[in-house]
Amino acid sequence: MIGLQQLTKVYGHGADATVVLDHLDFRVDTAEIFAVVGPSGAGKSTLAACVNLLERPTSGSVVVNGEVLSDLSEAELQVARRRIGTIFQSDGLFARRTAAQNVALPLQYLGVTAAETRRRVAELLDRVGLADRAGHYPHQLSGGQRQRVGIARALALKPSVLLSDEATSGLDPQSTEAIVSLLKELRDDLGLSILFITHEMDTVLKVADSVARLDHGHIVESGRIVDLLQDPASDLGRALRPWRGHTEPETGETAWQLAYAAKAVPTDWITQLSERLGVPVSLLGASIETINGATVGHATVGLPAIEAHRVVAAAEELGLAAERASAGAGDEIDELERVA
Amino acid sequence: MSALAGFGVLANQTVPLNEIPALVFPALGETLIMVGITMAIVVIVGIPLGSIIFNLAPGGLFENRSLHTVLSWVISIGRSLPFLILMAAIIPFTRFVTGTNIGIPAAVVPMSIAGIAFFTRIVENSLRSIPPSYARVAKASGASNLQVIRTAQLNEAVPSIIGGLTINTIAMIEYSAIAGTIGAGGIGYVAVTYGYQRFDNTVMGVTIVILVATVAAVQLIGDRLVRFTTPQLRTSTRAGSRRATTLRTKTAVQA
Repeated sequence: MIGLQQLTKVYGHGADATVVLDHLDFRVDTAEIFAVVGPSGAGKSTLAACVNLLERPTSGSVVVNGEVLSDLSEAELQVARRRIGTIFQSDGLFARRTAAQNVALPLQYLGVTAAETRRRVAELLDRVGLADRAGHYPHQLSGGQRQRVGIARALALKPSVLLSDEATSGLDPQSTEAIVSLLKELRDDLGLSILFITHEMDTVLKVADSVARLDHGHIVESGRIVDLLQDPASDLGRALRPWRGHTEPETGETAWQLAYAAKAVPTDWITQLSERLGVPVSLLGASIETINGATVGHATVGLPAIEAHRVVAAAEELGLAAERASAGAGDEIDELERVA
Repeated sequence: MSALAGFGVLANQTVPLNEIPALVFPALGETLIMVGITMAIVVIVGIPLGSIIFNLAPGGLFENRSLHTVLSWVISIGRSLPFLILMAAIIPFTRFVTGTNIGIPAAVVPMSIAGIAFFTRIVENSLRSIPPSYARVAKASGASNLQVIRTAQLNEAVPSIIGGLTINTIAMIEYSAIAGTIGAGGIGYVAVTYGYQRFDNTVMGVTIVILVATVAAVQLIGDRLVRFTTPQLRTSTRAGSRRATTLRTKTAVQA
């Protein structure tokens, strides 16, 4: 478990003071992946530096397994840092060391014997599927492989908490996929609490159990991914949902956006909706998937002109949130052409 | 140094060809001893000093603006004096340390001071070229400051430091010639007294060839070491030779 309690970080003094993190409060449970998303400049890097104890918070604390890790002396901090494994962005491997030597670093710092180090490094590289790359230098590895070495290194001292600081940023989709499934596997096998800091919404959707959005040093919204996705009022939920384009409705039809807003939406909801409204429903576009066991997504349908409240009510009975789609991009282009 | 007995008495007296090796080779030996001892001192002092000054600077491990400024000034003073002036200025210190102000020991003192100032800056500059993320990685992995400096800074900067060491060594060969004028001997001294002051063009030519060869050898060794300590360069050579092999095989097949 890792938690933040009223964590605040202020840079500068007096009039020049900038509050980078403002009373952050959250908790990552054992065997949970908690993502923090936010635009650049939101305070993500500072958050990462406070969590792995490289920066001291101005006030508030970082708690790991019930133990407060801020307010320690420099020497105590050095020891405390070993309880949190950090996966850095792609430039984290030392260029003059092989994969095995990189993984061995934390053990070397701790003063583990050479034989024990060798054994543990082999075990770790095997864990991340790179046993055959032990003697390779970072420049001989692909981005995804380098990041897996970084994960092995972060796990070297058997931490209970893993901090991933933009670990998948700049990786190609396949490598990201591989890192994500490795992290999930580690979460399940080792019961790790993983704090996953990123700016990539689609990766959050794949990896996290819960998510918080950080903006200007505040957590503006947070919750379990599934709940957020099924909450039509949630900005974060909307940002997480992958939007796909849809075709334009036929003349005389209106486009409606329907979002999955409940745990149990019948799979034949199109038929049911058509029956309830007594009109045909044409499917214009949809993106529906299962995340952590729950079906989430949204669809755009075309309906003949009928009263809006009837559509909303009928959809709600089926567990869908309905709203009239705003004018499509196609219309705007038409208008622009007309003006021209 | 019986060969130097006639110094200043007879101009235009040339050294017979068969005596040149006896004159030049011991002088080369003196140069190598002088530069060798100096460089050993320079490395032993310069590496810790360079690491300290780098980490006292803003963003370093033990940032301290005032201490950094003081240390930086001291080094800059050492760097700004022309070597001849530095050598003359610290004669009392040299005599205090070595008990003499002539000969190799007396030359090593000013050469070391100039060399340390030079090399400290080279080490500092090499450490600046290391991604700052390395230090963060090491600290997050539980390293002490000393371990960060050793593994995340110095060790990663080795090729760059060796490159700088090569430049430094060559500069010291040059300084040894100036130090020669306080009776330290060496190849530079022979070039000045025989070649320049006595217009002995043969000796001049021989010393030039030897100096060029020495500097070229130092540069070659330095370049080799840089290549050897940089994984990317090491493997690209291997890849290169592998490509060459493939090419040869292809040509053979075509033939």
